[in-house]
Amino acid sequence: MDKDLKISRKKKINQAIAFSLFTFLSYFIVAILFVILAFLIYKGIGVLSWGFISEMPTDGMTSGGIYPAIIGTLILVFGSMLFAFPVGVMAAIYMNEYVKDGWIKRFIKLMTNNLAGVPSIVFGLFGMALFVNKLEFGDSILAGSLTLGLLALPVVIRTTEEALKAVDDTFRQASLGLGASKWQTTSKVVLPIAFPNIITGLILSIGRVSGETAPILFTVAAYFLPKLPSGIFDQVMALPYHLYVISTSGTNIEKSREMAYGTALILIIIVLISNLAASRLRKYFGKKVKMN
Amino acid sequence: MHKIESKNVNFYYGTNQALKDISLSIEKNTVTALIGPSGCGKSTYLRLFNRMNDLIDNTKLEGQILIDGVDIYAKSTNVDTLRKNVGMVFQKPNPFPKTIFENVAYGLRVNGVTDKKFIEERVINSIQQVALWDEVKDKLKKSAFELSGGQQQRLCIARALAIQPSVILMDEPTSALDPISTAKIEELVYELKDKYTIVIVTHNMQQAGRISDTTGFFYMGELIEFDQTKNIFTNPKEERTQNYITGRFG
Repeated sequence: MDKDLKISRKKKINQAIAFSLFTFLSYFIVAILFVILAFLIYKGIGVLSWGFISEMPTDGMTSGGIYPAIIGTLILVFGSMLFAFPVGVMAAIYMNEYVKDGWIKRFIKLMTNNLAGVPSIVFGLFGMALFVNKLEFGDSILAGSLTLGLLALPVVIRTTEEALKAVDDTFRQASLGLGASKWQTTSKVVLPIAFPNIITGLILSIGRVSGETAPILFTVAAYFLPKLPSGIFDQVMALPYHLYVISTSGTNIEKSREMAYGTALILIIIVLISNLAASRLRKYFGKKVKMN
Repeated sequence: MHKIESKNVNFYYGTNQALKDISLSIEKNTVTALIGPSGCGKSTYLRLFNRMNDLIDNTKLEGQILIDGVDIYAKSTNVDTLRKNVGMVFQKPNPFPKTIFENVAYGLRVNGVTDKKFIEERVINSIQQVALWDEVKDKLKKSAFELSGGQQQRLCIARALAIQPSVILMDEPTSALDPISTAKIEELVYELKDKYTIVIVTHNMQQAGRISDTTGFFYMGELIEFDQTKNIFTNPKEERTQNYITGRFG
């Protein structure tokens, strides 16, 4: 009896230690995010104003706004998704719904995972070689979007695949059992059920793409271009590159330091907003196709 | 002619033999129950009748399965046509994320039916057949997920009936339902037998006893005994059948 009591006490203590450790670590992660945010807000809030997000940079990028960089980033995100979303979703559909288990599937999977591990600067170089030089798009929105799209592709494929995998097989069987073709089954039953999760993946990859610097370095980003693009073969400024420029090679780094923090803050806000939108959309669509 | 005939069927998942030399015949407008312990092959066997096992990689079938005298695994057999003729109801109610109406209309639409009036009539008729009409007639445009589990399962049966199959396969259709819903489904099965040939896999022996005309007892991939249900339950020839139905193993 005594021994049993001892064991159960020991169990309780172990559990308490483990739980407090886990609790501490999860709050720790949240704390890190808040420290970063607080730091950026503290350093950058001073320059934030309507003018900062709506005006062109002036005085060698030491004053004025970052309007063209914001617009540039939004255009690049949109362009890259225009490429990565359909290609990635279709690839994932092929992988999950069509191709049989075997070495082809394993090979494609392995390659997709490898693609995800390629450093972004390598994507940049590749984009420059293929889109900018070989296909003669020049430094342009088109070349930059395609390069960013390539970078986002593995994420889109992965999340779409996971979303499709989560759809219970009996839905497919029920549809096929009614004489539906594989494509009818995929488009009318499987995709609608998987849609909320696919959208989440898409928006998470937006977050990733919007912060990338290296892939746009040689393919689209302009050092200083105080006007908006007029077509897809124009260059644009972009937030992450602008941040890099004014913190390392601007005309007056000390003077533009505060603007750099402001830019970083805007960039983080864009990412946070897109992540927030992801969870909202997921909930919205999730309600529409509620599983039981 | 028998409605369904199975001749010396062997079935393999990879190198693992799941069914061993199964031969039986099923008459038109009867309910046949397949019983046996988990993993005995009864579900696998059921899924051969609408070629659902085709979806699994690395499987192999030997022997023949005939429905209305036609070899359903012959090269000339169209799988989609077969599946229109052989409906299926699953263990867990699985309505599509669509309205109640569209769930039932789905089978017609994917088979190219576009006549609005025809679809409407068929949908209403199918829902009436599963005795669900009074409960859903005012909310046909609502999501099927708003229904209770038992209602969803009857909707899934209606979905299968809408394309007018002649055979209905049921894979433990009541195992996820409460007793009242179960009773309704059983009653429904009994009524549907006038028009359809029904094969039902069940874990519930009382259920097999209540609703089926013939029963097959599966054990480790073999069909141990196949006979009139009353014989199986009152006077089984095999000792293993006796042991199973009296609850000595399984």
